[in-house]
Amino acid sequence: MKLKRKHRRLVFVVAGMTSLLIAAGLVLNAFEDNLVFFYSPSDLAEKTVPEGRRFRLGGLVEEGSVKRLADGLTVEFIVTDLVATVPVTYRGPLPDLFREGQGVVTEGKMDAGGLFVADNVLAKHDENYMPPEVAEALRAAGQWQGETDPQ
Amino acid sequence: MIAEIGHFALILAFLTAIVQGSLPMIGAHRGNAAWMALARPASVAQLLFIVVAFAALMYGFVVSDFSIKNVADNSNSAMPMLYKVSSTWGSHEGSLVLWVLILALFGAIVAVSGGNLPPSLRTRVLGVQAWIAVGFLSFSLLTSNPFLRLDPAPLDGRSLNPLLQDPGMAYHPPFLYVGYVGFSMAFSFAVAALIEGRVDAAWARWVRPWTLAAWSFLTLGIGMGSWWAYYELGWGGFWFWDPVENSSFMPWLAGTALLHSAIVCEKRNTLKSWTILLAIVTFSLSLLGTFLVRSGVLTSVHAFATDPARGAFILGFLILVIGGSLTLYAIRAPLLKGGGLFAPISREGALVLNNLLLTTACATVFLGTLYPLFLDALGGGKVSVGPPFFNATFGPLMVPVIAIAAIGPLLPWKRADLAGAIGRLKLALVVALAVSFLAWYLTTGSVPSWAPIGMGLAAWLFIGSLVEFAERIKLFRMSALKSWNRARHLPRSAYGMTMAHCGVALVLAGIIGSQAWQVETIRVMAPGDSVEMAGYEFAFRGVRQLKGPNYNIDRGEFVVTRGGVPVTRLFPEKRFYTVQKTLTTEAAIHTTWIADLYVAIDESRAAAGEGDGSWSIRIYYNPLVPWIWLGAVIMMLGGLVSLSDRRLRVGAPRRAKSRAPEIPSPQPA
Repeated sequence: MKLKRKHRRLVFVVAGMTSLLIAAGLVLNAFEDNLVFFYSPSDLAEKTVPEGRRFRLGGLVEEGSVKRLADGLTVEFIVTDLVATVPVTYRGPLPDLFREGQGVVTEGKMDAGGLFVADNVLAKHDENYMPPEVAEALRAAGQWQGETDPQ
Repeated sequence: MIAEIGHFALILAFLTAIVQGSLPMIGAHRGNAAWMALARPASVAQLLFIVVAFAALMYGFVVSDFSIKNVADNSNSAMPMLYKVSSTWGSHEGSLVLWVLILALFGAIVAVSGGNLPPSLRTRVLGVQAWIAVGFLSFSLLTSNPFLRLDPAPLDGRSLNPLLQDPGMAYHPPFLYVGYVGFSMAFSFAVAALIEGRVDAAWARWVRPWTLAAWSFLTLGIGMGSWWAYYELGWGGFWFWDPVENSSFMPWLAGTALLHSAIVCEKRNTLKSWTILLAIVTFSLSLLGTFLVRSGVLTSVHAFATDPARGAFILGFLILVIGGSLTLYAIRAPLLKGGGLFAPISREGALVLNNLLLTTACATVFLGTLYPLFLDALGGGKVSVGPPFFNATFGPLMVPVIAIAAIGPLLPWKRADLAGAIGRLKLALVVALAVSFLAWYLTTGSVPSWAPIGMGLAAWLFIGSLVEFAERIKLFRMSALKSWNRARHLPRSAYGMTMAHCGVALVLAGIIGSQAWQVETIRVMAPGDSVEMAGYEFAFRGVRQLKGPNYNIDRGEFVVTRGGVPVTRLFPEKRFYTVQKTLTTEAAIHTTWIADLYVAIDESRAAAGEGDGSWSIRIYYNPLVPWIWLGAVIMMLGGLVSLSDRRLRVGAPRRAKSRAPEIPSPQPA
């Protein structure tokens, strides 16, 4: 191939632009489907989330709400921000630090009956850990007096 | 007393770094040899001081001196010695000392062994290194002093986070840091070259070994991190596109691009300003990774503290380093004239394409990782970007990278014949198609369509790399003895490349195999129950209570058989760490090197009123997963083999005397 210097450079510029364009297309397409929003129970009481849309629900696991069903694998519990509550059902392994009264973040979809069907309960790594989203949700609900994030 | 000595040594290192970063730089500017000569002893002194500081801190951990706050927060007298030692860098404060220790070590290596570097370049490299050290040392001294005392001292410490009490986690951070900090050398060389206003093939030859070393260790560090996640988190997964994982992966991607563009820079004396830019970007991403992980912006096991002062400090440092170096780049880069020409279809062309795609892929990871932070900062709500996003963007971009990685090495420099190169890859093409077909044909259940294609791609790269190697030694086209002779005289870097590319192929096969063909069973099992899966029978024998050094153990026992023949016994554990009152999962894994049998126990059903000793159990059959770490290790070894290449070991040749006049000398002003 005999190309002038200018043309050779052009080839690389075009290749660069193409790869960026493809990447931009992929990113936009993936953002459309895969951005997962975070809501607290109070948020859900105020606004409706389109059915079938995945989102994250966070708050505290209400004391005394954790029930295990007879199959031994499905767990039901209530997520609360001390103002509003949302019932959650989840089938699968719970993270080691899942406990009543502790902060939790779950990911899944709302079913037609107002039950949150989670397919992921996020593993947290420290007994004292409070997910910042949860801390903020509690603060927004007027239930958290701490100056800083609870740690 | 020891701690005070350590603290004092850290302050001395800080002062030494300031001297090292200023006087020799001025000397280099004015051509004052005496001032420049200061850089070498200064960097050795800086290393000595930091070694003293690090040793003092480690001593505090080893003897469990709980009057030191850092020790009391992160260690405990009941912990095994390995974890007492590894707690030294398990905390935020200690990890910073480890960071500056490695930084000073690298600087001292340049100072001691850099005799063949032009004095002004060496001085400036050491000067830039010193300023990075000043940044980190002041961060350590001002916001994260590891030697703070507690009065009164507690009787015992709060223990290291149990998840980190694991051999994988003990070694993972040092390797990661050698990688991160290694890129600081490439950065220092880049900034020094910008200050000097000249870049040539010799410069690239000095940069390449550092980049190679950094890349090799970062590869190993990331591999160990994912191995740890695989067996310690007990979810059967190995990579979660977690922001913390991404923040080590982004410098790796940019570093891989840098590694390849430095080859062009060295061999063809072109792509200079691009290589410089990549060196800056790679280290900036390393710093960004540190910022994300250390500032507590991200929430994960790595986020040690959410101290706003620290976050602000790192952010300021980040802006200074990235902004400053990019400004310098903008001013000086136009002075770096391009070198030789090449056609789009050529070795250089393939490497440029590799660079384009890798940096684009890096950009998508960057976007996915930081978008939630930006959106939150702008008040746009809290979102998270999960694995589906990365799979949908990063995955497709890797396809051409892998495809080209097999072709590129077969293309000659300057101008090449694409059809000819592909013609020589006939064998690879046939094998790739056969593997794709087999993967599709042998799959009984449903499997995503990309999986067979991906397996074919992995085979294409693996066979293609071997073909390229066979061509080099003219295997089967000469007598075996002659081929052997050629093989013996091949440069080590050729071996390194073949190994690294084969390693990538293995990693790819492992990722696809485990994603597409994983089999999972979650169920409640009572002692005596057994379950069949993927041709294996798992018989549950119950759970026993045992005691570890600083934890209590629930240990399950599984007998695994295949067609009645015993395969192995597996002992998954649940550990309860008594100091932190924390549970951890220790999965039990049996590997056949084709697949992993992976068992984890979740919880006793006794609490639910079932007193028959039954537990909820998870069993995974993970095909090809061991290849991921095998491949990562081969990649790292490839890097090290390449690093041992004679040309790099002996050092770069002296700069040609008759250098082109196109590069202006630094203005004296």
